[in-house]
Amino acid sequence: MGTFEFLLQGIAIAAQPMNLLYALIGVTLGTAVGVLPGIGPALTVALLLPVTYKLDPAGSLIMFAGIYYGGMYGGSTTSILLNTPGESASVVTALEGNKMARAGRGGPALATAAIGSFVAGLIATLGLAFIAPFVVKFALSFGPREYFALMVLAFVTVSAAFGDSTLRGLTALFVGLALAVIGIDQQTGQARMSFGIPDLLDGIEVTTLAVAMFAIGETLYVACQGDRIPEKVEAVKGSVWMSRQDWARSWKPWLRGTFIGFPIGAMPAGGADIASFLSYSTEKQFSKHKDEFGKGAIEGVAGPEAANNASAAGTLVPLLSLGLPTTATAAIMLAGFQQYGLQPGPLLFATNPQLVWGLIASLLIANFMLLVLNLPLIGLWVKLLTIPKPWLYAGILLFATLGTIGANPSVFELGMLLTFGLLGFAMRIFGYPIAPVVVGLILGPMAEQQLRRALAISQGDVTTLFMSPIAAVLFVLAVLAVVVPLILRARGKGEVLSQFAANED
Amino acid sequence: MSEVSSSHGKRRPDRAALVIAPVLFILAAVIWWDAGRLAEMSNYSRIGPATVPHVVAIGLALLAIWTAFEAWRGDFPEREPIEAQPVIFIVAGLAGQMLLLKTAGFSIATGVLFALTAFGFGRRKLWISLPIGIAFSFVVFIIFGRFLQLSLPAGPLEHLFF
Repeated sequence: MGTFEFLLQGIAIAAQPMNLLYALIGVTLGTAVGVLPGIGPALTVALLLPVTYKLDPAGSLIMFAGIYYGGMYGGSTTSILLNTPGESASVVTALEGNKMARAGRGGPALATAAIGSFVAGLIATLGLAFIAPFVVKFALSFGPREYFALMVLAFVTVSAAFGDSTLRGLTALFVGLALAVIGIDQQTGQARMSFGIPDLLDGIEVTTLAVAMFAIGETLYVACQGDRIPEKVEAVKGSVWMSRQDWARSWKPWLRGTFIGFPIGAMPAGGADIASFLSYSTEKQFSKHKDEFGKGAIEGVAGPEAANNASAAGTLVPLLSLGLPTTATAAIMLAGFQQYGLQPGPLLFATNPQLVWGLIASLLIANFMLLVLNLPLIGLWVKLLTIPKPWLYAGILLFATLGTIGANPSVFELGMLLTFGLLGFAMRIFGYPIAPVVVGLILGPMAEQQLRRALAISQGDVTTLFMSPIAAVLFVLAVLAVVVPLILRARGKGEVLSQFAANED
Repeated sequence: MSEVSSSHGKRRPDRAALVIAPVLFILAAVIWWDAGRLAEMSNYSRIGPATVPHVVAIGLALLAIWTAFEAWRGDFPEREPIEAQPVIFIVAGLAGQMLLLKTAGFSIATGVLFALTAFGFGRRKLWISLPIGIAFSFVVFIIFGRFLQLSLPAGPLEHLFF
């Protein structure tokens, strides 16, 4: 069966009334939570994971797909109407979008972001559907050493390649890897780093870590800064509809953004932030209205928003076809799969095609729902933005702890939540990125397993890792991804990289 | 983080950041020590459960040295001043919820967290925020505990109704 038949089959699954309902709940919750300031897609997905605990795998993953896309959408609304973007990938959107909103053009800014996200989501999800099977075919030839090399590359790009410091990125990664050691060793059954505490034998939950670091760490960080930054929500004045000129200026950036964003997301090369920055600078180059940039150019909203969403869909390529999360959001989605004992990767396409294709199809459906849902309901989302900070963060912590309590109502688990929250707070103060910790925790055990398999095959000969051409190339790329940025930074060109900092997703 | 310190003047050792180095080093030492206890079970390769912990420990130790070096040169980004008071209240809220959860149940414990967090952010009227928090948590308990069947601990308040 070709991709097309699989996709049609997927649509048939996703279009079942119950699944449509799950998708609708997912996009609504995702948008509502994603709109809240300070909450990016990674945290949106982590916070809403417990909602899906009691559903069947298919329903839960479909709701998840909706939450993911909804969270991405919600973030753009926040950054346009409020100058503090909820997700790092929307920083660029805030540059032009917030200026537009201040100039009374908030409506068209939101519209171009929403329609651009739709166009990008549509093309990129179709791209995912057609590319993933090829990657799967390719990945079937992968042995343990190729997988290990791929994971090392993902470790490096997520931690060291972007951001403003190789040191802090790598440190965050190794903290994640250290936490990953905790628990029972998968191959010999021996307890590692558990100090006789039974609660630690199962290891550390990815969702507990992610919620603690993103929700509690962020809340503490915002709290410790006091009332220094007054926030002002821009009212949406006038029509949300775009004029003929707005359309004319938007459609090319949408497409360019999509074609910049999707490949970046699909390669293990970091998050949506890179894509949106590249798109922004591209639009600045191409625009006939260069003087408007920095004052509210619609191209500067349309392009990056499209790139941002296309890249979000792109990250699902390595996630679904290789089981490789390249962003914190993808890491949490992987945890979502694992709670049902599902391991994304080439095998899942073979053993559970209905599930995979149902998921891909429901991404398409979620995308349509978001377009229909978003523009008319914009007034409601704006109201969410005006929740006063004390209630907002009190609510965030309520839901953050709810997830942990719902998964495991133990004092110990809440203690870990608090501990990691403080760790995330400290890391934020000193400028450490958070995403590498989360990716390190979930990918660490997987990388270890592949490494040990590879070395068991070769009877402990380490050089075997570099003997396969694919693995060797991946290792060379990984080394370059550490060394090149180090040299760039040492020569004072670090600002470019720090703009690409993959902070949150 | 975009606040790269670009001041080219004399940089002083960053004392707070300097503390990070020994913390990383201790973590590395603990991992190394723990890995040493593991029995090597594999016979035909030198690779066992202790291999990866050793690699991680070495990595952390090297990063500790690098951190000490950067902190000494003052290469860490400048930090904004921190207000400790709100942080203390929020941490107290989280700790309070943790300790009250088993005895007082989800709604009351989480209501305490809610009120103390709001307190930390400047809503000082606990007699308003605490009831709001408990009521809100109770609604959440009904939605998640009853309809979505999460196992949320019940306390006296929940037992009154269910």
